Amino acid sequence: MLRRALPHPLLTLILTIVWMMLVNKVTLGHLFLGVVLGVVIPGLTAPYWPNRPKLGRPLKMAEYATIVLWDIIRANVTVARIVLFKPVVDIHSQWVALPLDLTSPEAITALAGTITMTPGTVSATLSSDGGALLIHCLHNDDPDAVCREIKHRYERRLKEIFE
Amino acid sequence: MYQSPGLLAEIVISLFLVIGGLFGLVGAIGLLKLKDTMQRLHAPTKATTLGVGGCLIGSMLYYLLIDGRVSFHELLIALFLFLTAPITANFIAKTWMTANLRKEDLPPSGRPHGWAIYDDPPGGDPRD
Amino acid sequence: MITYALIFAMACYGFGLLATLWKLVTGPQAADRIMALDTMVINFIALMVLYGVWQGTPIYFEASMLIAMVGFVSTVAFCRFVLRGNIIE
Repeated sequence: MLRRALPHPLLTLILTIVWMMLVNKVTLGHLFLGVVLGVVIPGLTAPYWPNRPKLGRPLKMAEYATIVLWDIIRANVTVARIVLFKPVVDIHSQWVALPLDLTSPEAITALAGTITMTPGTVSATLSSDGGALLIHCLHNDDPDAVCREIKHRYERRLKEIFE
Repeated sequence: MYQSPGLLAEIVISLFLVIGGLFGLVGAIGLLKLKDTMQRLHAPTKATTLGVGGCLIGSMLYYLLIDGRVSFHELLIALFLFLTAPITANFIAKTWMTANLRKEDLPPSGRPHGWAIYDDPPGGDPRD
Repeated sequence: MITYALIFAMACYGFGLLATLWKLVTGPQAADRIMALDTMVINFIALMVLYGVWQGTPIYFEASMLIAMVGFVSTVAFCRFVLRGNIIE
């Protein structure tokens, strides 16, 4: 019964919080409207989200978010240095294939997004069976080092969070 | 326009605004300078995200320290941009790859199946 | 001091807008033009937020949020159109 009424409790919570942030003031009326939206929208869109993604370990998630934010800042400085001070002919871009240990679609999506936001790498496509990720490196001479860093830094943590 | 909020607050706000502006500038320079489309993709997705992030933090601090009210809209805008930037980058990369690269230009996937933009998934609907 | 920082940042993003306009006109392929448009939207959001601080009014945040959403959807729609030939299948 509760599962029918609230197919995605986490989504309900997030929608309510986002509504409060959009309104930008806390009153009882807006809280009520936010909760109504948070219940109605997941209920109406439930057929499109058949399974509930498993999420655990909020502490690990906070740790992961902090690491990613820090890496975004580092990535910006790295890319800015390459863009500003390296002659164009010296920039060695290359494609790297990263074999994946993750299997759940949500985890792979999170990893691809993280790779795009962090130092000098953009995730381009997935192998058609979902087992490898194609990455473009802005400036890199050692593909194995990139794979090792991504596996050690992000994939291990995502595996703990999602699986 | 505004009364002086104390020197330290002004310095911090100005610092965030200048950092934001600088990274926006880096994104623009990267867009003009780099020669390959995939290389150019790196500059805007990264530099402009932090650039806009810096501006938004500066603006948030401005409203917090000078007007004395908390504004969550900047946080929402920053969150939205951080969530959508990888998706647009991925789409643009795919658009460019289907038009310009052949299967042989990419490294092997190391799996029994090739990359998804050239090969159909095993046993699935070929439209996916 | 905030005024000067604002002027500096706005000048940077103004230059960014010009650069994206240049890429939009010259970019050799469709993917470059889509990228230029996407970057233009992001630059414009930053410019709008800065203008809001300049004017001391929070009214521009709602506008920039809407532009962020419409810009994202339009980029994805453009890419899908180039990739598949139609937007909604």
